[in-house]
Amino acid sequence: MKLKFVETLKDYGIILAFFIIVVALSIFSPVFLTVNNIINVIRQTSIYGIMAVGMTFVILTGGIDLSVGSVLGLSGAICAGMLKAGNPIPIVVLATLGVGIACGFASGTFITKARITPFVVTLGMMSIARGLTLIYTKGYPISGFSAGFRLIGGGYILGLPIPIIIFLVIVVIAYIVLTQTKLGRYTYAIGGNEETVRLSGINSNFYKTLVYVISGATAGLSSLILTSRLNSAEPVAGSGYEMDVIAAVVIGGASLKGGRGSVWGTFIGSLLIGVINNGMNLLGISPYFQQVVKGLIIIGAVWLDQLRAKED
Amino acid sequence: MNEVVLSMKGISKSFPGVQALRSVDFDLKKGEVHALVGENGAGKSTLMKILSGLYRADEGEIWLKGKKITIGGIKAMIDAGVSVIYQELNLIRQLSVAENIFIGREPMLPGGFIDWKKMHNDVRMLLRPFNVSINPKTKVYMLSPAYQQVVEIVKALSLKSDILVMDEPTAPLTGNEVDKLFEIIRNLKKNGVSIIYISHRLEEIPQVADRVTILRDGEKILTKPLAELTTAEIIKHMVGRTLTEQYPKTSVPIGEEVLRVEGLSKKGYCSDVSFSIHKGEIVGFTGLVGAGRTEIMQTIYGRLKKNAGKIYIDGKEVRIRSVRDAVRQGIGLIPEERKRQGLVLGLSVQDNATMTILDRESVFGFLKTKKLSALTRKMIETMNIKTPSARQLVRYLSGGNQQKVILAKWFLHQCRVYIFDEPTRGIDVGAKVEIYKLMQNLAKEGAGVIMVSSELPEILNMSDRIEVVFGGSIVKEFRRDEVDSETVMEYALGLRERTSQQTVLQAGVES
Repeated sequence: MKLKFVETLKDYGIILAFFIIVVALSIFSPVFLTVNNIINVIRQTSIYGIMAVGMTFVILTGGIDLSVGSVLGLSGAICAGMLKAGNPIPIVVLATLGVGIACGFASGTFITKARITPFVVTLGMMSIARGLTLIYTKGYPISGFSAGFRLIGGGYILGLPIPIIIFLVIVVIAYIVLTQTKLGRYTYAIGGNEETVRLSGINSNFYKTLVYVISGATAGLSSLILTSRLNSAEPVAGSGYEMDVIAAVVIGGASLKGGRGSVWGTFIGSLLIGVINNGMNLLGISPYFQQVVKGLIIIGAVWLDQLRAKED
Repeated sequence: MNEVVLSMKGISKSFPGVQALRSVDFDLKKGEVHALVGENGAGKSTLMKILSGLYRADEGEIWLKGKKITIGGIKAMIDAGVSVIYQELNLIRQLSVAENIFIGREPMLPGGFIDWKKMHNDVRMLLRPFNVSINPKTKVYMLSPAYQQVVEIVKALSLKSDILVMDEPTAPLTGNEVDKLFEIIRNLKKNGVSIIYISHRLEEIPQVADRVTILRDGEKILTKPLAELTTAEIIKHMVGRTLTEQYPKTSVPIGEEVLRVEGLSKKGYCSDVSFSIHKGEIVGFTGLVGAGRTEIMQTIYGRLKKNAGKIYIDGKEVRIRSVRDAVRQGIGLIPEERKRQGLVLGLSVQDNATMTILDRESVFGFLKTKKLSALTRKMIETMNIKTPSARQLVRYLSGGNQQKVILAKWFLHQCRVYIFDEPTRGIDVGAKVEIYKLMQNLAKEGAGVIMVSSELPEILNMSDRIEVVFGGSIVKEFRRDEVDSETVMEYALGLRERTSQQTVLQAGVES
């Protein structure tokens, strides 16, 4: 047990980085360590944090899903359109998740059946989903929803914002799935050596497709929160989110080659990205420069991962 | 002949938790072949990695041609004339022979263009002494493994290396190719090249080695001229005990038929293969590399889609159209390429061993974790898998123990038929016996066992029946004890019967 703790610490020197940044920010910005700001950071984080959890499954199998940002945009737009058409909220919620699931299923099917690399398929899906969003919205935002729907992104339960609660629930579910279920075992195994999994008589294509479905579903879920919170579905919503999402997973210790990583790591990675985004805003760093910083962070994270892999 | 070109003195090296080498002395004379033997984990590779500059020794000195090596590193050792030819060849398959040999130091023309003409001519010059017909422009992947090895050797020589380390050089080679390699080695010796020769195939050692050094558990046991050692003595020193029986074959009552294959064909791989396996039987499949043994098995296993033929399990015809179907019917494959096809190296012993039974041992997708751990612990115990715990990553186990994990995976699945493809390749002598015993136990408990192997001794000693494969078909079946290795070889080489209508499927040698 003790050894496990040390290993965890070694794997997630990231936690240390997290605290250093938090301490630094609380020194440089008086606002940072206020309750309001902290809640704000986590609420912001939850939107792509949820997607990062889905992405963790994909990356664990050795794949990648570049389409999450666009899929978020598409599900958000359809969600908004259906609300405007007067559909009841539960139906809209299911349909929105359904859009994400359908996109993930399409990607997964192409990857497993047509044997095209995940990078190419999801790059294509990224463009397709964004295109469909623009067609559907004709390029205009769809705004103004009922108070009931706005609760998803803006409501509180026991003093905690609902998006944060959803995020935490998703993290816990994913943790249980990855450690306690067949799907979890196979996710790691496929990332470690898909050939062996197939030769052991396991339907690896099914599980591979499933991880893209999960990723799509989390994008759909995030779109509900974002659309509700902004009270509007923007045609370009979610563009560029895949950067933050992938960065969170990789910073959290997952290997892009698959087979190694954890939800716990992704959770911390997401918070770290959230804190960095928030900190740069508070310090008045221009959004243009922020993009540069994020690019460096993602390269740095992969580099660290490779150093770690070499150690093995 | 007596000039010492390399001397390693008091080399020690430890890794976290393991003392890999303990004050080992090793020397090499000019123009000699010095065999380095020992079980897996004895420290051979570590010693060679220190020599090649990949690892740095904790203690000890390396002297090359009378000079002490102070600054190590791979580049420094290559410059000093040491080349290692690794088990997995380090050639770039998509590049040509010449490009591989001169990679990083291509002869140039003014203006930054490669001088192809000079490069190809130089390669022809380098190849001449080997008396082989290899075109410098041929892409490496088109060469047979033996010729690829020649390319590696030529590359080493072109680097002006006079000390070669050969790590399991014959592992990918067939009989003829091995003879060819030995001829090359003898030629190299004549030209004053010194060779450190590492091999698990002990029968090869007397054919090439001048001296033998035996390592065990990181310590040097002895260095002696070959003439003063017998193979039995070498084995004894390697394992530290006398192996009473190298082939623990016991006779088991033969039961009902468990698997029958009729007229199995796969275009380009095998044709009209028929045989049957009974409970308690071990059936050996032998033949040359490329004869189609592995392909026959992969067709039965559903990995290759058959064009024709029927498969019966327990007397009933079954449809096998995918690996999943085969596994569902209780067929388990212990593949030749353990690491690539049999294991997930980055997962634990438990995750590997229980991979096939997660369907059975879960409720609504949730794993019965306690049961899985208990089953794994039981397998570790009964199969004598040497691992600190069920949570250890299989990457850190020795070859023999990795093989046992794969076996555990299928045993837990309760297979009816086990297909072993080269079950003991790259596994050391001690562990081999254990694998044979496990195989024998499976048969005793009523499973049918297929053993595909190129190693005639194990085929002859462990099988109840022997099927000889040539050109994608079974050309002859023998009962145990009614045959000797020469006869089997004659059929395997296609020198007897049925040869006329057969086509040699894969010569692989490009000229």
